[in-house]
Amino acid sequence: MLQDFLNQILPSTVGGLVIGSIYALVALGYTMVYGVLRLINFAHSEIFMIGTFASLVLLTAIAPAAPATFGIAMVGTLLLCMVVSAVVSGGAAIVLETVAYRPLRKRGATKLAALISAIGASIFLQELFALEIIPWLTDKPGRNQASAPRFVPRDELFHIGNAAVRLDHVIVVVAAVVVMVALDQTVNKTRIGRGIRATAQDPEAAVLMGVSIDNIVRITFLLGGAMAGVAGALYLMEIENTVFNVGFVLGIKAFTAAVLGGIGNLRGALMGGIVLGLIENWGAIFLGSQWKDVIAFVVLVVVLMFRPTGILGESLQRARA
Amino acid sequence: MKGDEVTREETTPRRNPFSAIGHGFDLTRDWWEHAKVWQRYLVYIAAIVFALILPAPAIGSFMSPGADWTTVLVYPVGTYILLAIGLNVVVGQAGLLDLGFVAFFAIGGYNVAFFGTHYGWNYWVTVVLGIAMAAVSGVILGAPTLRLRGDYLAIVTLGFGEIVRITANNSDVIGGARGITNVPHPPPIFGEKFLLDPAPYYYLMIAAIAVVIIFSVRLQKSRVGRAWAAIREDEDAAELMGVPTFKFKLLAFAIGAMIGGLAGGTYAGKAVFIEPNTFPFILSATILAAVVLGGSGNLPGVIIGAFLIGWLPERFRDFAEYRILVFGGVLVLMMALRPEGLLPSRRRKAELREGTGGMGAMGAEVAGPGTEASTEVAK
Repeated sequence: MLQDFLNQILPSTVGGLVIGSIYALVALGYTMVYGVLRLINFAHSEIFMIGTFASLVLLTAIAPAAPATFGIAMVGTLLLCMVVSAVVSGGAAIVLETVAYRPLRKRGATKLAALISAIGASIFLQELFALEIIPWLTDKPGRNQASAPRFVPRDELFHIGNAAVRLDHVIVVVAAVVVMVALDQTVNKTRIGRGIRATAQDPEAAVLMGVSIDNIVRITFLLGGAMAGVAGALYLMEIENTVFNVGFVLGIKAFTAAVLGGIGNLRGALMGGIVLGLIENWGAIFLGSQWKDVIAFVVLVVVLMFRPTGILGESLQRARA
Repeated sequence: MKGDEVTREETTPRRNPFSAIGHGFDLTRDWWEHAKVWQRYLVYIAAIVFALILPAPAIGSFMSPGADWTTVLVYPVGTYILLAIGLNVVVGQAGLLDLGFVAFFAIGGYNVAFFGTHYGWNYWVTVVLGIAMAAVSGVILGAPTLRLRGDYLAIVTLGFGEIVRITANNSDVIGGARGITNVPHPPPIFGEKFLLDPAPYYYLMIAAIAVVIIFSVRLQKSRVGRAWAAIREDEDAAELMGVPTFKFKLLAFAIGAMIGGLAGGTYAGKAVFIEPNTFPFILSATILAAVVLGGSGNLPGVIIGAFLIGWLPERFRDFAEYRILVFGGVLVLMMALRPEGLLPSRRRKAELREGTGGMGAMGAEVAGPGTEASTEVAK
C-alpha cells in the first residue's frame, strides 16, 4: 500500500495540479457572482459546457487532420480556442443573467426563488444542447461524447522523480495562472473592478456613489463566464472529449473549490481548485479512481462543517459579514 | 388554514396569465375554511372515490392512450406524488432547499431490494427498515449540514445525492452498476396477490399516499408545523422566540426522508429491478419542479404539481424527450412570473412576493418600479 502510494504520489500530484487549475478557473465564476449577488449561479457549469463546445466546433473546423506538433500554428490555435470560448461563454453568461436572474433581481425575489431559477436554467441549457444544438453542431446524437482532434502534442518535457510532465500539463497550469492573474489585476486595479468590489461590499452605497449595478452585474457574469470559457478550452485540449452534461460534476467540484478557498475570494478560488484537485487525486490512490467524486463531495461537506468561510476567508464580502 | 389569515390582506396579485387560476382557488379555499365538518368529510370521501375509480379504462383511454394507465398511475404519477409530499415537508414547510432528495428514495428502494433478495425478509419488514434507514441517513446528513446557510445546504444535499448514487454504483455487495434483480413482490393482502397486474400496486400506492397526506396535514397544523413556518419566515426571530430551530430542521429532514424511503420501498416492490441509475440527480430536480410548480407548502397544489409532472410526459409521449427541457424552462418561467406556484399557500405566497422570507433576498438589488427597496440586503 505504502509502496503504491510512493510510486503514484508524484504522477498524481501532476494530474491534480492540472485538473485543479481547471477547477480553479470555473470556481472564479461562482466566486465572483456569489461575491456580488450572494447567489450560487447553478447554471455556471453549463456556461463551462458551452465553452468546451465552442472550442470543439472551432477545432474540428480549423484543425481536422493537422499533425500535433509544437509550433506557431499550435500556439495560435490554442489562443484562438481560448479567446473564442471565452467570448461565447461570456456572451452566454450575459444572456443567462438577463433571462434567468434579472427579472428576479428587479422584483427583489428570495434567494430560494433565484436558486430554483438557476437550477431550471441549468437543466434547460443541458437539454437544449443534448436535443438540438449538439446534433446540429456535430451531426451526431446529442447525448454521445464528442471528441476533439488533438492539436497539442503529448511530448514529455521533463521528469520529476517518476512523474512525466508533458507539454499539455504545463500549458494548462500556465494558462490558468496567467488568466487568473489578469482577472485579479482587473478586479483590484481598474475602475470596473472597483465597481465590482464596491457592489460586493454594499450595493446600496455603491448605487449612491454612482455605480450602475446593472452594468456591474452584467460585467461580473461576463468575466466569470469568460473564465469558464477559458477553462472549457483548456479542458477540451487536455481531456479531448466533451458531452452535454460535462459541467454537472465538474461544476459541483468547482463550487467546492470556491468554498474551500473562501467564496467571494479570487485568490482563494485558485488555491481551493488546486487543493481540491490534489486531495481528489491523492485520495484516489488509496480508494481507486471511481471514488474521486465521492472524495470531492466529502471534502465539501467537511469544509462547510468546520470552516464555512474557507481557508482564506471570504474577502470580496468581508465588509458585509 | 386558520393561521394563514394574518397575511391575507397584504398581497395584491399581479396581472399575469396565472392570476385567474389563483383567484378561483382562493374562492375554493375560503369556502373550505368555513366548511362544516360533514361538508369536509363529503370532500374526503369524494377524493377517495375519485382515487379508486381513477384507473378505470374509460378514463385511461383518454389520459394515457399510449401506455397502460394503471401502470402510469403507479409509476411515475403515484411515486412522484409520494416523493413530492415528502419533499414538500422539507422545502415547502421548513423552507430548506434539498437537492438530493432522491437519495432517500434510493435508500428505501435498496433496503427492500437487498434484504428481500439476499435474506428473504418479508416485504413489509424491509419497507419499515427502509423508512428507518432513510430517517437515520436524513439525520446523519442533516446534523452537520443544517447549521449552514440555505444555499450551501442546497449544494451539500446535491452532493449527498450523488454520493449515495456513486456509492451504490461502486459497491459490489448491492450489485454495483448492474443493480439488484428479482426484487420480491409484496406478499398478498386480503387474498389480493401482487404479481404483474398493476392494480394492487395502485391501491397500495393510494393507501400509502393517504397515510402520508394525513400525517403531513396533522403535522402542519401542530406545534411542529408552526415551528417550521416560523423558521421558514425568519430563522433568527424563531430562535429568539424560543423555537429550537436546529432540532426542528433536523426533524423536517428526517420526516421528509422517511416519506422518501417509503416511496422507495413501494417503488421497489413493483419494479423487480433496481440499479443506481434509477436514482439520478434529474429525479431530485423533477420532484423539486413538481413541488415548486404546484405551490410549495400547499399540499393540494403539490399533489397536482406532481400529478402533472408525472402524467404530462406519458400523455404526450411524442414530446417525452423534451420533458426535461420543458421542466427547466418552466422552473425559470415560474420563478419570474409566479414564484409561489399554481396553487400556493397564502402564507408562502406573501413570503415569496415580499422578498424577505425564507433565505432572505438576493443581494445587490435596487428597487425596481413598484417595489420597495429591501432593507435587508446584507442578510
